[in-house]
Amino acid sequence: MDLRRDVYQAIADPTRRAILVLVAAQALSAGAIASNFDTARPTVSRHLKILTECGLLTQEQTGREVYYHLNPQKIREIADFIEPFRKMWDDRFNRLEAIMKAQQAT
Amino acid sequence: MKSKTHVSAENGRQDLRITRTFDLPVESLFRAYVEPALLEQWMGTRVLKLENRPHGGWQIETRDAQGNVVFRANGVIHAFVPNRKITRTFEMEDSPFAVQLEFLEFESLTEATSRLDIHIVFRSVDYRDQLLQMPFAYGINMAHNRLQEVAGALQ
Repeated sequence: MDLRRDVYQAIADPTRRAILVLVAAQALSAGAIASNFDTARPTVSRHLKILTECGLLTQEQTGREVYYHLNPQKIREIADFIEPFRKMWDDRFNRLEAIMKAQQAT
Repeated sequence: MKSKTHVSAENGRQDLRITRTFDLPVESLFRAYVEPALLEQWMGTRVLKLENRPHGGWQIETRDAQGNVVFRANGVIHAFVPNRKITRTFEMEDSPFAVQLEFLEFESLTEATSRLDIHIVFRSVDYRDQLLQMPFAYGINMAHNRLQEVAGALQ
């Protein structure tokens, strides 16, 4: 089955989310990223490939090293900045309201 | 359902505000914040400790289906005035994010409605923006939950 790479698939993996948090601070080489994980280097490379394919990371060749940058535009596409955060709280507060209404009814 | 929760995060500031009106008396809204069994239900997390008093501590955690801890946070309560306000710190454990300061103000609007105003102050503008840009880092299990929802809807 040939699944299209999409951002939700990309961020479903905890190592890949950790990589995004790392690269958000500064552009890093594959080696520098891999040194932050106990996972084997080829595994980290595979994660980088997936993140690059779905556009969350961009590559830049500097001398012999390839540096990975975060693509803020793509991040915003999934995040739209405040909306997911707002949605998270809205869902929680809707639950709170429903639970407390049920409490009042009893 | 019409959304009643509003988030305001102005550019270049290191704070944000969450406001919400509830069809609940303020006493009922406040109870949902101080009784562990109720808090667990609406937050979707386990309460390990909740000492509702000045200098009291609190700690919550979320585990996945296999029992692994995927999210744990703790803090200290600085001010506690029933049905009025809670001032507390919030820190995610094992995360790069610094501790934040939260001011929760509960207000009675009518006998049956109330408002909650949460003011969160972050260590820096960058910390705030990073958290907002990466909502999946905020309670790292969210992306999983979202995927499970999506997967569930497809079945």
